[in-house]
Amino acid sequence: MTTKDQHPMFREIYQYRNLLWMLTLRDIKIRYKQTVMGFLWAIFMPLLIVSAGLIVKKGFSIVSGKPLEIAELTSVCIKSLPYSFFIASIRFATNSLVGNSNLVTKIYFPREVFPLAAVLANLFDFLLGTLFLGVILAFAGFQVDYQAIWLPFLVLSLILFTTAMGMILSCANLFFRDVKYIVEVLVTFAIFFTPVFYDASMFGKWAPVLLLNPVGAILENINNVVILHRAPDMFWLLYSVLWSVGGLVISWSVFHKLEFLFAENI
Amino acid sequence: MAASALEFQNISKKFRRGERQDSLRDLLPGLFRNTFGKGRGTALKEREFWALQDVSFRVNRGEALGIVGPNGSGKSTTLKILCGILRPTSGMMLVNGRISALIEVGAGFHQDLTGRENIFLNGAILGMSRMEIQKKMNTIIDFSGIPEFIDTPVKRYSSGMYARLGFAIAAHVEPEILLVDEVLSVGDYTFQGQCIQKMNEILKNGTTVIFVSHNMESVLSLCDRAILLVNGQVTREGEPTEVIAEYCRAGGVWVPKLSERKKAVVRKVTFEGVNSFGKALSPGTRLKCKVAIECLEDCRLSPGLFLTQYGGFVFDTTYGRMNGNPMNLSAGEIVNLVWSIDLNLPNGSYDLGVHLEDADTGLYHEHNFRVVNLLIANDFRYEGKYILNPTIAIGKPHSPTQTLR
Repeated sequence: MTTKDQHPMFREIYQYRNLLWMLTLRDIKIRYKQTVMGFLWAIFMPLLIVSAGLIVKKGFSIVSGKPLEIAELTSVCIKSLPYSFFIASIRFATNSLVGNSNLVTKIYFPREVFPLAAVLANLFDFLLGTLFLGVILAFAGFQVDYQAIWLPFLVLSLILFTTAMGMILSCANLFFRDVKYIVEVLVTFAIFFTPVFYDASMFGKWAPVLLLNPVGAILENINNVVILHRAPDMFWLLYSVLWSVGGLVISWSVFHKLEFLFAENI
Repeated sequence: MAASALEFQNISKKFRRGERQDSLRDLLPGLFRNTFGKGRGTALKEREFWALQDVSFRVNRGEALGIVGPNGSGKSTTLKILCGILRPTSGMMLVNGRISALIEVGAGFHQDLTGRENIFLNGAILGMSRMEIQKKMNTIIDFSGIPEFIDTPVKRYSSGMYARLGFAIAAHVEPEILLVDEVLSVGDYTFQGQCIQKMNEILKNGTTVIFVSHNMESVLSLCDRAILLVNGQVTREGEPTEVIAEYCRAGGVWVPKLSERKKAVVRKVTFEGVNSFGKALSPGTRLKCKVAIECLEDCRLSPGLFLTQYGGFVFDTTYGRMNGNPMNLSAGEIVNLVWSIDLNLPNGSYDLGVHLEDADTGLYHEHNFRVVNLLIANDFRYEGKYILNPTIAIGKPHSPTQTLR
């Protein structure tokens, strides 16, 4: 119909990269506006999450009578950051289209930038938190071996999966506001079904069930390569990459297909 | 033939009244049909209506097209289709060039960001690159006229300041095609003038402009051509003056209250003093207008003669007012009234109309806005809204002893 439709969607996103960048910047900036702590929150939040994890761990060890191992503590630290990135991004992205309805109905540009910017803004926090945690762990004498080379791939896989979920959820939420309530509930209870504060191996033969959750599979592999200095479990690695790439392709195409309906259905 | 920047070919768009969907059960199949199937047909389903129906027009490169019409006639829908926010139900659209739309001033502002941050954000939203924005930053701030508040969050702005900044950004986008939807009416009086000036500048640079407004004067002064949209259909296209005049008549700026029983009719109107109405008349021409009125029933009648321009009254008089008393007519009587007027009018297009007002009820037996269209030529000797019949003479040089009090 218009010339725009003939362009592949990636090229359009590339054309609007400045907008994507500005929206990301906006999302980062406004998050800490009118707060006393300002950008320190990007460090403070993961610190709080990690502390919560440590308290839970300590509680477990007191109840079960088993002593708390250092490896377990670092494991909680390492896993809770990517997990909170995922959760925060999903929450944020789900509302990204509806929250920008004035832009969706008034100005044309590829709407993909909203969920993408939401994920990127949270990625910024995630990277800042990771950097901070890395410094602390390094000072604490924590060491990684060459297996840590897998870490960027695992994180990338998580980012792609998060983007896929963010896109499809933002789009679904535009048509049915029910989605945001469902997401709230899922996000609240996901911590129980995701091996963050515990290891999947605790569940013995039921462990694979937990890993069906792609986030769980990714976190377990992060644990493998960073804490346990082991090679990632190839089966679950492939499984999660399939989710990430396949999910992204599907959700992006659905998003793109439905995009023209956004303005009149929001 | 000039290259077209925009073309709308038989575009139709339907919308649905009332709440969107009733249930998930209805929506999912509906969505599926809409997206993948050929369900985007032209048949109207229950509660649906045409926001645009078979609209076609083209805009040449560098041309300014005005779109006028009453509220809800599809003007904004047209713009939203043009810039890609909405997809038409059927029809073809061609766009040659980078489009930027000013559908709402400051639509992309974020309350918590400062004016400067919002310039970056909004500039990006409107399609400017970071470099471009940086280069134009100072011009934009100057234009907005609020440099002292530029580092304050926009939530603290007054609505006028908000609008000023919004327009300042949008006016500096420099697209090839600019869509403007009723945004010049923001800000205070001087700022509006500034906006019009800026728009003229944009036009001079060769930008194609589509301009939607309810401000007829700005449509007149900015546009080369106009279309009138009524209920989603183009009812008139052409010179802005004609289209606006049509809009004012059809849109009912003022609708005369007609009497149910026609007690008198205008049989014939003839003119003297003018050879042809096709040519522009020179200002000051004396026009004689003979109106033949036939009375069908006994009545007290006050026939009138009036001039309008774009639906606004320029001049209006009645027999009753000029004579002191209306005419008492009996059935079957025929009266020939001869009006004489001096067309002391500045150049432009005027409509001459006649009406027959019932002096007792105040209702009209007949009301015709346009008996003839008068074109008044430009008089190079003077300009302005009124012609004051100036004369000039050279007086004697005043003596040095004479002093001004």
